Amino acid sequence: MLTNRSKVVVNKTLTFSESLYFPAIFRGLMITMSHLFKRKVTVRYPEQTRVFSPVYRGLHVLKRDEKGAERCTACGLCAVACPAEAITMVAAEREPGQEALFREEKYAAQYEINMLRCIFCGLCEEACPKEAIYLTPRLVPSSFKREDFFWKKERLLETVENRVDVSRRLMRPAQKGAA
Amino acid sequence: MLDLFFIIQKLILVSAVLAITLVIAMYTTYAERKLAAFFQDRVGPNRAGPFGILQPLADGLKFMFKEAFIPANANKFLFVLGPSISMIAACMACGVIPWGSSLMIMGHEVPLQIADLNVGVLYLFGVVSLGVYGIMIGGWASNNKYALLSTIRASSQMISYEIAMGIALIALTLSTGTLSLKEIVSLQHGGHWNVWVQPLGFIIFIICAFAETNRMPFDLPECETELVGGYHTEYSGMQLGFYLFAEYINMFVSSTVMAALYFGGFNFPFLNSLGLSHNLVTLLGVGVFFAKIFALMFFFIWIRWTIPRFRYDQLMRLGWKVLMPLAIFNMLVTAVLILL
Repeated sequence: MLTNRSKVVVNKTLTFSESLYFPAIFRGLMITMSHLFKRKVTVRYPEQTRVFSPVYRGLHVLKRDEKGAERCTACGLCAVACPAEAITMVAAEREPGQEALFREEKYAAQYEINMLRCIFCGLCEEACPKEAIYLTPRLVPSSFKREDFFWKKERLLETVENRVDVSRRLMRPAQKGAA
Repeated sequence: MLDLFFIIQKLILVSAVLAITLVIAMYTTYAERKLAAFFQDRVGPNRAGPFGILQPLADGLKFMFKEAFIPANANKFLFVLGPSISMIAACMACGVIPWGSSLMIMGHEVPLQIADLNVGVLYLFGVVSLGVYGIMIGGWASNNKYALLSTIRASSQMISYEIAMGIALIALTLSTGTLSLKEIVSLQHGGHWNVWVQPLGFIIFIICAFAETNRMPFDLPECETELVGGYHTEYSGMQLGFYLFAEYINMFVSSTVMAALYFGGFNFPFLNSLGLSHNLVTLLGVGVFFAKIFALMFFFIWIRWTIPRFRYDQLMRLGWKVLMPLAIFNMLVTAVLILL
């Protein structure tokens, strides 16, 4: 009785009209018939896709700055923040003449996200002081090979010609407003 | 006189009827899945071909290429015999159905019926009852407790419902005065359908037909929640396919029988006032007959996705304490009305 949801069982016998079953069967048939013409709820997936929420947390992107240089400085804060320990990286020092490639003196020579470990919580994005990593409303493509889910820097990084729009994620007031 | 024309005509008719039966049974599986989906606000199979129209072929191929495994402790001969009997018994019933009146081909009158038995109704009833042997033998030969339990259920259910069905048929033959299916159909000419004469008999018959074909409110032999897979727990590959397929053939045959016995078969109103040629009227009649069959099959599927399964004691109670007395009452009333 704690939840107040218990019900008293009533074993009442059926009346004669109920025991004929036919009115109940007829009502049931009408219900199923009405469903026959209802709009179907199925999303025909490969042809149709559902509209994602603007702040959907899917596949990550590594951003470049306005000049096309990589923003990431391999500080490792994202890897530390990651609760699933999905991010690993190797830092390297920028050589003279690489200024157009990397924004600051240190950069990530290797950067890898294990998409099978990642829980898409977005903590890496919040931890990043350089606005280098964002989650995007894209899905990690499926594959039969485990190796295909270890996304290296080359796959994560956006190209200069093909920028990934993350303005929707930036609109969240709590994150960037406080920072 | 068995002339060549007669033999060829019957051979063509037999192959045509068999082919049509199998194709319709095949596409009933598709219709069932599609309608089930629609009743549940889904879209159903839609990947194999346009609208999933090739789905039954894909299912059949899958059954073909799967291993037909025979368990170590099963009786191997009976294990294979079970699904074969189910399939053969299901197909045999089509032999006496009058699909249409007759076609005039090269000066010969070709009746669209394989065999016009004067005891057609009895033949039909006997062949339909054979179907239970397929389930019994298969379930027993599996050497599996679930299969055996399901077999016991199936046989007792079929025996119980056959009685009511038989008595309903007696009332029908009382009012028509013949056991030949062709005559029963032609007596219903011009909208004098037997369902108006025998409404109670028809209701009893259709309920029993659901039970005989092991369809939804009475599908206790294969109720997966209690009996794993029922009598086909141990079956795989095309043998399982035969069992599942036989159910759909049975459904088609029951709908055909009901359309012929109670809904006028190939007769339709204003049949002769259209002023068409004999062959055209016959073909139209065949079309009308199939329309009636498909309507009844839709009803089978519709019921399946509406009504939950009976409890076993309720099933037996309905069979023995409700349907059988009702059928006897119906028979007596019919007999008295004919006497008066």
